[in-house]
Amino acid sequence: MAKNEIKYLTAIKQEKPRKKFCRFKKYGIKYVDYKDIEFLKKFINEQGKLLPRRLSGNSLKYQRKVQDAVKKARQMALLPYVTDLLK
Amino acid sequence: MNSYELMVIFTPVLSEEDFKASQKKYADLIAELGGATVHSNPWGLKSLAYPIQKKTTGIYWVLEFQGPSDINEKLKIQMLRDEQIMRHMITRLDKYAVEYNHVKRNGGFAMQDKIEA
Repeated sequence: MAKNEIKYLTAIKQEKPRKKFCRFKKYGIKYVDYKDIEFLKKFINEQGKLLPRRLSGNSLKYQRKVQDAVKKARQMALLPYVTDLLK
Repeated sequence: MNSYELMVIFTPVLSEEDFKASQKKYADLIAELGGATVHSNPWGLKSLAYPIQKKTTGIYWVLEFQGPSDINEKLKIQMLRDEQIMRHMITRLDKYAVEYNHVKRNGGFAMQDKIEA
């Protein structure tokens, strides 16, 4: 065994985690429609809760718009306030 | 003049004629108050995500209109008094929203009559 070789107990992560991006900025979406439920479902979890920016990768500007759109959709009974197994 | 979008949920017991009559009533009311209808889109009967007034379905109607800023208060009074309406919402549309709606209506064609209109 070579002298300088370092051994690790666990394998080192080779792959870099993929960088998250704001899909609104990337695809040039300017308006979040509260009527488009299938699109809004990308930003909520199975219980109908909003996903944090940490997970969705949205910029703050568009996270606010998503938030407003989801809340509007909930008011108009397009999306549920609380549920299980939404997806 | 601002652009607004009105979404109304009528009770599911409404007949087809009553639904049409109600649509006309509010479209006429908007015209009377100095607004102009841009597009009317009756979605029809849809199931609700949660029960409203113990009903699990509702008849949706979406109307895009332009009007002066005092139109909404007057419209609201009429809608709250209406027994057929379970819920309503008026959203102000910004320029991106107007364009989005226009593109969606015309199947993906961008707004070209912007200057003329």
